[in-house]
Amino acid sequence: MADTKHNGTAAYDLASNGKVDGDGTGQNGYKVIGTRPVRPDGVDKVTGRAVYAADVQMTGLLHGKILRSPHAHAHIRSIDTSKAEALPGVRAVVTAADLPVAEDKIEDLGEGAINLKYLSDNILAHEKALYHGHAVAAVAAISPHIAEEAVSLIDVDYDLLPAVMTVDDALADDAPILLDTLRTDAMGEIGAQPTNLASFFRHQRGDLDAAFADAHLVVERAFRTETVHQGYIEPQAATALYSADGQITIWTSTQGSFAVRGQVAEILKIPVSRLKVIPTEIGGGFGGKINVYVEPVAVLLSQKAGYEPVKIVMNRADVLAATGPTSGSNIRVKIAVDVNGKITAGLAELYYEAGAYPGSPVGAAANVSLAPYAIDNLQVDGYDIVVNRPRSAAYRAPGGTNAAFAVESVVDELAEKLGMDAADFRILNGAKEKDRRPDGVQYARIGQIETVQAIKNSRHYQTSLEGKYRGRGIASGYWNNWGGQSSATAALNPDGTVNLNEASTDIGGTRASISMQLAEALEIGYEQVKTRVVDTDTVAYNDVTGGSRTTFATGWAAYDLGQKLKQEMKRRLADVWDVSPQDVSYEDGIFYAGDESLPFVEAANVVQREEPLMASSTVHPQDFGPGFSTQCVDVEIDPETGKITILRYTIAQDVGKAIHPSYVEGQMQGGVAQGIGWAINEEYIYDDEGHLLNASLLDYRMPTALDLPMIDTILVEVPSPGHPYGVRGVGEVNIVPPAGAIANAVYDATGVRMDKLPISPANLLEAMWAKEAEAAGKPVPGDD
Amino acid sequence: MANKTAVETTLNGEETTFLCEPRQTLLEALRDELGLIGSKEGCGNGNCGACNVLLDGVLVNSCLVLAPEIEGRSVVTIEGIAEDGELHPLQQKFLEHASLQCGICTPGFIVSSKALLDENPNPTEHDVRLWLAGNLCRCTGYDKIVRAVLDVAQNNA
Repeated sequence: MADTKHNGTAAYDLASNGKVDGDGTGQNGYKVIGTRPVRPDGVDKVTGRAVYAADVQMTGLLHGKILRSPHAHAHIRSIDTSKAEALPGVRAVVTAADLPVAEDKIEDLGEGAINLKYLSDNILAHEKALYHGHAVAAVAAISPHIAEEAVSLIDVDYDLLPAVMTVDDALADDAPILLDTLRTDAMGEIGAQPTNLASFFRHQRGDLDAAFADAHLVVERAFRTETVHQGYIEPQAATALYSADGQITIWTSTQGSFAVRGQVAEILKIPVSRLKVIPTEIGGGFGGKINVYVEPVAVLLSQKAGYEPVKIVMNRADVLAATGPTSGSNIRVKIAVDVNGKITAGLAELYYEAGAYPGSPVGAAANVSLAPYAIDNLQVDGYDIVVNRPRSAAYRAPGGTNAAFAVESVVDELAEKLGMDAADFRILNGAKEKDRRPDGVQYARIGQIETVQAIKNSRHYQTSLEGKYRGRGIASGYWNNWGGQSSATAALNPDGTVNLNEASTDIGGTRASISMQLAEALEIGYEQVKTRVVDTDTVAYNDVTGGSRTTFATGWAAYDLGQKLKQEMKRRLADVWDVSPQDVSYEDGIFYAGDESLPFVEAANVVQREEPLMASSTVHPQDFGPGFSTQCVDVEIDPETGKITILRYTIAQDVGKAIHPSYVEGQMQGGVAQGIGWAINEEYIYDDEGHLLNASLLDYRMPTALDLPMIDTILVEVPSPGHPYGVRGVGEVNIVPPAGAIANAVYDATGVRMDKLPISPANLLEAMWAKEAEAAGKPVPGDD
Repeated sequence: MANKTAVETTLNGEETTFLCEPRQTLLEALRDELGLIGSKEGCGNGNCGACNVLLDGVLVNSCLVLAPEIEGRSVVTIEGIAEDGELHPLQQKFLEHASLQCGICTPGFIVSSKALLDENPNPTEHDVRLWLAGNLCRCTGYDKIVRAVLDVAQNNA
């Protein structure tokens, strides 16, 4: 039975929120889990003392700047750096010619595999500039201003090529080819001709054609979504420092210090043993801080500048033009139902723009697409397509939002045509334990239907919405989550505190959620655990903070450390008390054997009189549970301007067990805010030649506080069977449903079904005018 | 290389003199010349608010002010918000409400919220959202930030 907790606006009690209020769950007897303590790194972050990547300072520091291509697609004939090198204060200039020759080999160095040749080419363009903003050269100088001047003195001779900007451009018969050596990989079969289609795959089961032929009702629609960016507020920054013995230290803002180490090692052909990566505090990532951009360039510049340290801080325009974004896409969805409203067949065709190199998240998108539904006859096709846009990077549930927008729009239309309530339709068709994901993987215990029930029962859904141009929509979403590898150590202090060293960079309060799991395991207070995020020399390999895995997997390592410390403490106390270790028990923070007893704090001292006590843990948990979320939104449309106002928003999410409920709610609210931006405003705007026109935070319009209401959260706790505390990843699935939910609300408000994102004022007005013209029997404006 | 100019100012209540290039922004001077790294650069053109400081009590984007412009004026940065080793109520409530995730925007939000409460000690939710519309946060969806500010205001009342 799912336990649901409603944190609605009306019921929200300002005075009690945020306090350490004992067992926040009221169940399972947890002492620490379920409470809301202040995070260990909090004070530094509210006082301005926390050190982020751009804050790193050291004596003799040089400043690097990167020259970027002003063209979307061009051959680089030559690069003349002589004027830049002659500028006083300049210490080094590098181009791709300074990079080692990269191997034509595919490796997974973070989240997703990439050919090392492409990885290197994205750092500094070799023969071609493949997008507006592609790095072509870099300078190190004694001040950032001099470096900037020097960059402007570099002459690059370009031979312009036609820009290939969209799926349709790229797949046209006469399309210019971006990568001469690229051949289509169609499920292992390699094509013969140069192409922009990097790969194709198909998941299928049942008899699709028969199911569509026998259907009571079929809805088929085509959709387009635009490129969007993760929008982390801290631009990428890194500092490289050589030591006289050839050791290299890199400070950087990253989701994965080991991922940085691996990528820099491969790109620069340096053994990992010579690289130490120190993760600074990280100012947001959302998937966009896994790929390296500036780290190898800083090392390269340092080498060429006589091994002086070099820092590179990106500016916002470069961040938007050259890092991140996630794929724009063309999607076709066709779903059939029988007379009872049961889905009998589903088809999704997903065409994803990978950017300049293969590797869009279309694979993950395929699994998201029809995941919330139990469907016997199914086909999902995925196409990974290169275009002259920046190399796409992971973005929170990568690929999921696009696919769910399309599927949830069609599902809403089916429910409407059947005359069914949108929630009831989703409950009738909801996937549950033993049903299969689009790729065939069978679900263990999941909470999809529970999230729909939670929305259906919410005050929000139960309260009717009045008013013209107002509408309500709901949508569901799925995300796979991830386990990954984590390592950590715990040293027991003689005063009964524990120092926990782990390597998962803390983007959203994970030091707290990891500390809490060790405290729970040891039955000690949260404040007795001090969790630090350490560098790559201090613990063993650790995967990125991504895939919603950190509280799950690194938290598991913390649990494991607790068990190990407890066991060793029992063994040592048995020696002290002259009993066998099995006779020592531990309860409520006190060790017992016969008449002997010792509280944890005193035991910590006693057991370390002869020998210090430290534990280490490495984990690779496989049974991470997937996450589901169903969301409800009310919107109001301004018919004059097309602007959408979000009136009310409620999220129900299957969160497994919420370790720190405030940070779980924060993940849900933050993911939804990003999804709202994606749905109604955010997009990369290019001209016909492929120049990015909106590389600023004024024109790339992310939601502000004024654009959003309070976002209500319903934590549906379906404990994951794959974790000792039932933890499920909570970071990503929340961004999957918003675009679909908002599109459905817009339909409810206006009668217009939007077939593209963003539902920006201009796009919505055009669609509304087209509908009015159609209703009046007039030609549709703009439709030649 | 540009000549440096001396600037006399009151910084977080202390009389301070520093050298900077005329082309350096206040944000650069704070971070690179004065070692005050709490003000952050998220955009460099006044759109994100991560560098917000108070200049003679008025909220400004320090990336849009040239450092020599603060000659003879008073600047308060995030480093000057806590007094006598005690966190400001806004800092305390941001912690209690889990109003920060990555924390990069937090200094700017706290400085901006202080400016709001200095001017309007009892803002409505709408007042808070309107005032903070110049500060971008990508992690939280603003919910817990707005609640923290309203909580401080409620305690003011």
